[in-house]
Amino acid sequence: MPAPATLLATTADGHLLVLSIVVPVAGVLLSFVLSERYVRQIALAVMPVGAAIAMAILLALPRGDGFIVYLLGAWSPPLGVALRADGLSAVMLAATAIIICAVGVYAAADSPPAAGSRRVPFAFWVLLMAIWAALNTIFVGGDLFTLYVALELLTFAAVPLVSLEGRADTLRAALRYLLFALVGSVFYLMGTALLYGLYGTLDILLLSHRVSAEPGVLIAAALMTSGLLAKTALFPLHLWLPPAHAGAPAAASAILSGLVVKGSFFILLRLWFDVLLALPGFAAAQILATLGAGAIVVGSIVALRQDRLKLLVAYSTLAQIGYLFLLFPLALDGQGRLDTGPALAGGLIQAISHATAKAAMFMAVGSIYAGLGHDRITGIGGTARALPLSVMTFALAGFALMGLQPGGASLAKELLLLETARTGQWWWAGALQFGGMFTAAYVLLVLVHALSPPDQPVALAARPRRGSDLAALALALCSLLLGLLPWQPYLPIPYALESKLFGVESLVKSLITVLGGTALAILLSPWPHPLVGTMAWKDLARVLGPFRRAGLGLGGLVERGDRVLRQWPVAGICMLAVTVLLAASMFGAD
Amino acid sequence: MGTVTVFGLCAAAVVGLGLYGVIANPQPLRKIIAFNLLGSGVFLLFGVIGRRGAVAGIGSDPVPQALVITGVVVAFSATALAIALLLRLFDTAGPATLDSDAPTRPRPDRFGG
Repeated sequence: MPAPATLLATTADGHLLVLSIVVPVAGVLLSFVLSERYVRQIALAVMPVGAAIAMAILLALPRGDGFIVYLLGAWSPPLGVALRADGLSAVMLAATAIIICAVGVYAAADSPPAAGSRRVPFAFWVLLMAIWAALNTIFVGGDLFTLYVALELLTFAAVPLVSLEGRADTLRAALRYLLFALVGSVFYLMGTALLYGLYGTLDILLLSHRVSAEPGVLIAAALMTSGLLAKTALFPLHLWLPPAHAGAPAAASAILSGLVVKGSFFILLRLWFDVLLALPGFAAAQILATLGAGAIVVGSIVALRQDRLKLLVAYSTLAQIGYLFLLFPLALDGQGRLDTGPALAGGLIQAISHATAKAAMFMAVGSIYAGLGHDRITGIGGTARALPLSVMTFALAGFALMGLQPGGASLAKELLLLETARTGQWWWAGALQFGGMFTAAYVLLVLVHALSPPDQPVALAARPRRGSDLAALALALCSLLLGLLPWQPYLPIPYALESKLFGVESLVKSLITVLGGTALAILLSPWPHPLVGTMAWKDLARVLGPFRRAGLGLGGLVERGDRVLRQWPVAGICMLAVTVLLAASMFGAD
Repeated sequence: MGTVTVFGLCAAAVVGLGLYGVIANPQPLRKIIAFNLLGSGVFLLFGVIGRRGAVAGIGSDPVPQALVITGVVVAFSATALAIALLLRLFDTAGPATLDSDAPTRPRPDRFGG
């Protein structure tokens, strides 16, 4: 880390950071001034400008020591507020710009301005720009209170997206989301109050030099972490996620699932890897990763048992969020403290890979829903022929997500696996492999159903627009090619990995993932296989029968447990328990 | 026991009450009110921190006041949004609860075929 003095003055390209926030905000304000008729044009004009700013930051970063700083009003911290971008911020800014643009193109092609309701498209475009502004503020915010305000803006923009269609169930989902997220943000605010009381500043850089393992800091860390976990919907604090992400319209779901949960995850990374490096993180990191592993198992098993595609994809998000938290124990150094290394890079690449793939997946499912008029998994036979582009998008996004080469997820998995070997924590290698297999299981399940011949000829209710399909496909391809990008200038990756991506070894690993996924899908999914009735299947069913019954029994139990955990009082108590557990683990280590 | 300590304990008590209300009350409106109580407790905590003077040498620190004002605005917007959602929910669905999930379709036969 460079000396603090260089980071407490505005650098050459500092104005880019201000622009990255101001441009989408200006779009929002302009939309209100110019009313509903021009909102689409404004949003479509803001998008290329915003994307150009993100790319400019990406290019400017290596020129200036890997940091860009802007001091608002030229007041330096602790009194003033700084905006700072490092490599992590730059890649997140770029990924966000790409996803927002793709979703914008999808929505622009998809929703011809309906004569009756102009309010819904208006709300969508305004909220899309508001989410972009909030996310950019999170990525470049330099102090914990700015991050709090940005996090709240993100929630306020995300909640109405859930209930755009105004049905009772989506309104209920939105209210649940809002109230639980608010409790999370109060926890975060309480933590910042404690930190300010101890050190007299909330500037991330100044705090990082002052923080030591005092009791107040440990409590603040526990409070802020569990508050952010509630906003990220890490198991068991996920009560709001499945109904919210499955109920929203496709483009909104893509944003919510792909980007919004990454906002609070990014703040969590900032908190642990920039502010709290001095804390004894060993036990806390193990707890976070254990919850992550729980999320993978529960999210994937419940996803395999959903009868609606959108709910399946929403539960898949739950599992993938868990996957992200596996980075924490792998980032520990020899003394049991967190260290910015390849594990952090791997986690961030995984987050971007999931963001792009999941957004593409939700858009593909949205097209399938619009085409068929329903999204029941048992009724999508023949879709591959009727809606080839949508199914292909789903397949490519799924391949990227399960870690096939050269996707971002495969690069992330490679980095994390190397770190399990370095730190000697082999048990997390198991969790990483299982995570890939579970992902393969629900992706293959959907593909097998979509590729199977239909019971009756597929009658399309509506044909999805070509532009929408292409936007989703481009995003899926993007996710599948992430592993080839040069990440080294931005993320702490000490060695070259490209050679590892295409070896025989990695091919075998992919094969194991796919085979394991097939086995899991057969054992855990209750849906009748499309090939039921053929001789081969009958033979297989005789052999597998007892195993399948056991698997389904287990799945039923997990699903019931998930339903209990998603009740409000249980989730609230879980949140308190996680806070206490995190604090206790750090006090124990101290 | 100094003034600061008394106010600090009050803040803790208000946070506790708010937390209990948010978790235990089933009605959404009461949850919203409890959230406001919880927020007030945290703002009081900020006040205590400002009075105590976090920065060495300053008797009462003005920065926490600025933070609290921002926090109040955020909490106000949050409450307004929550109430708006609640009213819409009441208009569309009648008595508003958070309890039931979206209605689920009947499940098909479990064991294939």
